[in-house]
Formats: sequence, structure tokens, C-alpha cells
Amino acid sequence: MELIMAIVIGIIFSVTIYLFMSKNLLRVVAATLLLSHGVHLLLLTMSGLQRGASPILSFDAEAYTDPLPQALVLTAIVISFGVTAILLVMAYRTYKVHKTDDLENLRGSADE
Amino acid sequence: MSNVIILPIVVPFIIGAILILLYKRHTIQRVISGITMLALLALSVFLAIYVYQHGTIVLEVGGWEAPFGIVIVADLLSTLMVLLSTLVGTVCMFFAFQTVAQDREKQFFYPLYLFLMIGVNGSFLTGDLFNLFVFFEVMLISSYGLIVHGGTAYQLRESFKYVIINIFASALFIVAIAWIYSITGTMNMAHIAERVAELDQKGALNIVAIMLFIVFASKGALFPLYFWLPKSYYGPPAAIAALFGGLLTKVGIYAIIRTFTLIFNHDIAFMHKGVIVTIAGITMIIGILGALAQSDFKRILSYLIISQVSFMVMGLGIFTPLAIAGAVYYITHHMIVEPALFLFAGAVQKITGTTDLKKMGGLLGTHPWLTWMFFITAISLAGIPPLSGFFSKFSLILAGFQEQQYVISAVALLVGLLTLITMMKIFSHTFWGKQKHSAEQAKISVGKLLLPILPLVALTIILGFGAEPIFNYSMEVAKDILNPTNYIESVLKE
Repeated sequence: MELIMAIVIGIIFSVTIYLFMSKNLLRVVAATLLLSHGVHLLLLTMSGLQRGASPILSFDAEAYTDPLPQALVLTAIVISFGVTAILLVMAYRTYKVHKTDDLENLRGSADE
Repeated sequence: MSNVIILPIVVPFIIGAILILLYKRHTIQRVISGITMLALLALSVFLAIYVYQHGTIVLEVGGWEAPFGIVIVADLLSTLMVLLSTLVGTVCMFFAFQTVAQDREKQFFYPLYLFLMIGVNGSFLTGDLFNLFVFFEVMLISSYGLIVHGGTAYQLRESFKYVIINIFASALFIVAIAWIYSITGTMNMAHIAERVAELDQKGALNIVAIMLFIVFASKGALFPLYFWLPKSYYGPPAAIAALFGGLLTKVGIYAIIRTFTLIFNHDIAFMHKGVIVTIAGITMIIGILGALAQSDFKRILSYLIISQVSFMVMGLGIFTPLAIAGAVYYITHHMIVEPALFLFAGAVQKITGTTDLKKMGGLLGTHPWLTWMFFITAISLAGIPPLSGFFSKFSLILAGFQEQQYVISAVALLVGLLTLITMMKIFSHTFWGKQKHSAEQAKISVGKLLLPILPLVALTIILGFGAEPIFNYSMEVAKDILNPTNYIESVLKE
């Protein structure tokens, strides 16, 4: 199970890097969105995927799931949600002001 | 008593939330946020003195015991950093009262400012690695708001890049956290440090250490991750640029110093004396060359941040008590001088209407106070005795020679000299020469603007003349962080 997750995370990361390289403003935003998904999956996978056990540790429990990654990933999801919202607004305003969504044209000239 | 150390985080949070409701009334916002910053400053002075006298304070949030719950830890280094950041925050806020336009103030300027202070103070005080990530994000999201505040075309374009590089670094931070958790099984920094010492997993830990170093280096603008800084710090008004120049990079440097003294001290020959010293040396040279090539007041200062920041990292890399004490002294010196220089740039911009060095001159004749205050700060940054810049550089370079790190020490000496050249370039273009601003502009009074900067200029003189007590304090901080058992024992109560 961990192996499959590792491969999935790897694929997500490679797609992310590809999208980061593109010139389109919105694709870069999509790349950050996908990057956060990949990172969150990694965070969930890190302590090993335990199936069929509750996240409650008691004296007679034989196995239990580590609850901490779930708590961490929830926090991380909320943060990335906020960041994505602010980034979308910023990308939209940039597009409105500069009238282009091509990052080649947003490099900025040397003499300003 | 231990509850007091959460106040630097909670107070700006509550006040900031209240100020959102009052966003249309800028006078009330100014009064409340000004009083809040002064109160925070008093509080952080009290905390620094209390921790110095009574030792590290630990707060277990919600009563959850140390390795399981989140801890807030106030030791010598973190209280010093909180004190400095609140000082810079207060000064820049009083400068912002007079320079930031009213319509900008009404766009949630002060709430964002206070939320930034939460993130900065929280990063300094937290003792939990994931919590550090959360406070980094609080700080970064507010900084996204502040750096694009006003929404000019230039700001929008450069802020977008600033946001993207920071989102990427934050993602790498989570990856590093995930790896640390899978190796050690804990998030508490003291507990991680304890497990790392027991584990003997040099290879895996070095990878995580490098990963975290990349994350913090991109926040602290070290080579090769510095390229976002000069352009994005040019956009916002002087008060914000000064705040960012003083605080944001230093949070990254603090995180590097904290993690590489507490957690990753297992392979000093490779990590500290190899990787960190090399990167510090390259960053110094690149930063100062960038500053020499520019002819714009704010851009020169932005590049100088890059080269200055690497002196602190150099202190960590040499890794002796004297070197770390030099780094701590340097952080103190830099967090006072760099914001002051940015604020001078703001004052000059108010008079001449530009930050381009070629379009100004002769301010010495019309504004002598501004000129001489700038002169003191500038030679302090360049490291002329008896000001604070000299003693911090002196101890760093002395430690470098003692440890036979001749290359980095020579580079540091050279960079010090080149810093003097950049400062003299600004001085001769802006203040000497023929007067290029009109007679009306010459009448603009900047006395009120200089008032908030005055404490910073006074402090750089005091830090220089009172070097001995302050250096002894830095030495104690250095011994404290070089002996991580102190930190671990006070957090885990063993």
C-alpha cells in the first residue's frame, strides 16, 4: 500500500513540476494546488498506512492507527485552502492590470 | 508565570481581529495598533529580562504534556528575537502612520500588520516543528497581503512570484516534516533532538537536514534561493519594506540556527563546516556584487540584506561559542540597522520623490539631520568602530581565524570593505553633489519621520559603546544554544 502511495505521490510531483514550467498564469496556480495535494498525501503516508484499526490506544488494543498525521494534514489542508484563495485573487488582479496571463510578458524590464 | 509567554502571540491576534471590524475608521485603528505595539514592546522587554534571570520558561498549551502536546518555549535566543522583532515592528508602525496613504490604511493595513507579528513571534517561541510550519504560514499569508497592498502593477507582478516561491518552499517544509516524522516519530523539537542523538542514522538525517536547510534558506534568502528578494522588496512602501527587511529573512535565519544547533548537530564536519560555511561565503559575495551593480537606493539595500544575512549563517557554520555569539550580536545589529536604512530611503523618497540615486543629490545642504543620521547608520552597517557593526564582524572573523576557516574569514573581510563602498556610493550620490531637488521639495520637513528612526540610530551607537555587556549577553545566548541538553531538559522535564 505504501509503495502504491509513493508512486502516486511521485506522479503528482512530476505533473506539478511540469505545470510550474508553463507560461500560463492559471496553470501555475493549478500547479500549487496539485503540489499541496501531493504533499498532503505524503504527510498521510509517512507513519505507515494501517488499515482496520481505530486511532484509539487502549491496553487491550492489538493495533491502532496513528492519529497525528490526520490532525497534521487537516491543518495543512486548511492552510493551503487559504493560500490558494489569496493566490487566485492575486492572479486575477495581475491579469486584469497587465492584460496578459503569459508569464513571459510579466518578467519586468530592467530599466524601471 | 509560564502563561505570560503566549501573550506576544495572543495579544496581536485579538487586537487584529477587533481592528478588522473597525476598518473604516483609520484614526481609531492607528491609536489602538500603536498602543498595542508599545504594550508588546514593554512585554517583550520584561520577558527577555525575566528569562535571563530565571532561565527557560516552557508553556504546555492546553495542559498536554510535552512530547504529545504543543509547547511554547521561551529561552534566551527566542526572547531576544521577540524583543528585536517587536522593536522593529513598533518603529515601522510609527513610520507607517506618516507615510502610508489613508486609502491604503483603510484596506486592512493594520490587521495584516498585527497578524504578521503573530506569525513572527510565534515562529520564535514555538517548540514544535509542525507548529513552526503553521506560524510560518501565518506570517507568510499576512506578508502576501502586505507586499501586494495598494495593488500597483509592479507590486502585483512581483508579488505573484514572491507568493509562488514561498508556496513551493512551504510544500518542501511539509515534505521535510513528513520525513522527520517517519524517522523519529515525533514533532516536538526537544524530543526529535533526543531521538536523533539516539538513532545513529547519519545518511537519512543528513537528507532531511539539507531539505530543511533549503526551506529556511529560501525564506532567509541564501544562495541560490535569493533571487526573489530584491525585486519584491522594491514594490511596497518604505515602512513595509523596512519591516520585511528586518523581520522576514531573520525568521528563516532563526529557524536555521535553532534546528542546526538543537536537532542536526550529529554531523558538524559535513553540515556546518562544509555546506553551511560554503553557502554563506557564496551568498556574501553574490549579495554584495548585486548591491554594487545597482544604482537605486532601495535595490542596493535589498541586495545588502542578502549579503548581511550570510554573516549570521557564517557564525553558525564555524560553530564555536565565539562564532555563535558573533552571529547573535550580528542579528541584533542587523535588525536595528537594516530597517533604519530602509526608513531613511522612505524619508529621502518623500523629499525627492524618487529612489534613483542618479536623480538626487545635495540633501546635505537642505536636510542636515537626515544626512548625519543616515551617515551614522551607514558606517555602522559597514563595520566602522566604535559602532555596533564593527564588534559583530570582529568576533565572527576572529572566530573564523581561530578555527582555521581562512577562506570564509577573508571573504568576510572583503565583503565588509565592499559594503563600505556601497554605503559611500549612496552617501555621495544622495547627500553630496549638486542639489537636484526643487526649492519646494527642499522645504519638505522630515522631522516627524526621523523621530521613529531615532531610537534605532541611538541603539546602534549604544550597542557599539556598550559592547561588553551586550557581548557577554550574546555569549550566554551562544552557550545556551550550543548546549541543547538545557533546552531538552526544560521541555521534557527529565
